[in-house]
Amino acid sequence: MIRDITLGQYFPAGSIIHSLDARTKILGTLLFVIELFVVDSFFGFAVLATFLAAIIAASKVPVKFIFRGLTPVFAIILFTFVINLFMSPGRVLWHWWFLTITVEGVRRAFFMAVRLVLLIIGSSMLTLCTKPIQLTDGLEKLLKPFKAIGVPSHEIALMMTIALRFIPTLMEEADKIIKAQQARGADFESGNIFRRGKALIPILIPLFVSSFRIAQELALAMEARCYNGGGGRTRMNEIHFARRDALAGVLMAASLGAAIAIRIL
Amino acid sequence: MPFIEIKNLRYEYYQPGCEDESSPAIKDVSLSIEKGSFVAICGINGSGKSTLAKSINGLLVPTSGKVFVDGMDTADDSNIWDIRSRVAMVFQNPDNQIVSSIVEDDVAFGPENLGIDPAEIRRRVDDALTQVGMYKHRNKGAHMLSGGQKQRIAIAGAVAMRPECIVFDEPTAMLDPKGREKIMKIIRQLNSEGITTILITHFMSEACQADRLIVMKEGQVYSDCTPMEFYSDGELVKGAGLELPPVIELRERIRQHGVDIPSTVTDENTLIEFVEKYR
Repeated sequence: MIRDITLGQYFPAGSIIHSLDARTKILGTLLFVIELFVVDSFFGFAVLATFLAAIIAASKVPVKFIFRGLTPVFAIILFTFVINLFMSPGRVLWHWWFLTITVEGVRRAFFMAVRLVLLIIGSSMLTLCTKPIQLTDGLEKLLKPFKAIGVPSHEIALMMTIALRFIPTLMEEADKIIKAQQARGADFESGNIFRRGKALIPILIPLFVSSFRIAQELALAMEARCYNGGGGRTRMNEIHFARRDALAGVLMAASLGAAIAIRIL
Repeated sequence: MPFIEIKNLRYEYYQPGCEDESSPAIKDVSLSIEKGSFVAICGINGSGKSTLAKSINGLLVPTSGKVFVDGMDTADDSNIWDIRSRVAMVFQNPDNQIVSSIVEDDVAFGPENLGIDPAEIRRRVDDALTQVGMYKHRNKGAHMLSGGQKQRIAIAGAVAMRPECIVFDEPTAMLDPKGREKIMKIIRQLNSEGITTILITHFMSEACQADRLIVMKEGQVYSDCTPMEFYSDGELVKGAGLELPPVIELRERIRQHGVDIPSTVTDENTLIEFVEKYR
């Protein structure tokens, strides 16, 4: 299960979406998230889902691959669904002991679940279609204007590059530790939620320690490769806005307009 | 003047709590390494070989003594980036030296730091990836590669900086025999193209491929000669705390039985040759 997380992983497919400027995609994702919170009807979601489906189709990323990324967050979606289902006041639909389902509850539960699913798929499209380095380059450039007020744009971008790079490495490390602890009789699969939570401590502490060791080795390797902060650095692939970015911008603006229109009308 | 000149190098790691008892990792080492040579450094754990390697490109600054690279002092801060662009380094763990998730972006990291023109970086990255035979994997995620492939990426990252010297700090320690063989082939290839090569290794078979073998013991140079000369002398090898390669071990045992076997027997071929002649 630990390997199934696609969040933050790049899928090379060479589509038009892949070739867009990273800044366009970051802003587009941000807009999409805003739109998800602007619309307040299932009709609105249907429109946004169609929009997202069109992007997925254009991106050539297999749908299966995208949905695989949903499995790890399934628990969260289910949790929100159940909470909303039982905790909303309103017209009673079904009642048993302390459990009450209301019409508003059903509506809201589906509403939140759909919003969450669209949110996760939408944001994972960004990382699936954008090379991590372009993503961080884009972020660095977007944040550059804020450098004047002390936002360390280069450092933030580099931290993100390294974080993305080390997700798989740390997962492997965690896998190793889990197996080592299991080999010595550790039990992660039985007991109530508190016992299971407590059983995670012998995984988290070694993981924490080894991440420090990895960080130190990486810092040394970066120094050996002449890393000297952001000043005086160049980039192999400079990012540039192209005509397709303008087109994407128009589409994005149109979708925002549509979302606002749906909300008001 | 030799490319690398080490004069009375001493290095102490700062250990909190035991300041009075300082046992330096390197006690007193003087060496010079010529341009274009292939030098192997051996020694048991704690003999100071890794510390020596890190002293060469200024990752560690000598406690006392001097290290000069191409005439530049590593203790002088204004030289440090010049030195590191000339002396690149490849580390043991391939995972912990790759900065970027995508292969070609990682190889570009060094040249980008040097502030080279984008078109030139592109050229260097392609060349370096071709040299290590990883060009077709250039767009892959680093986490999808095997250990040996990752190490080749790390070497490409060093090569792309166009250094004059590469220090390999046990580059094959975490690889399987196949991956090891490939890395050694690349190292020999790079050396034949004129890159000064310093290889720190645990493996005798790798050390034997160098022109010169420096053996470290307790922070000092224990022996400094050709691998052939070193392995000809069984006592010298044992004194360093190292194990004899199987062929040499066999040769020494044959010798103990009163057979006059020459010291030039160092590998399987020469041994077979000798045995056939002896019959």
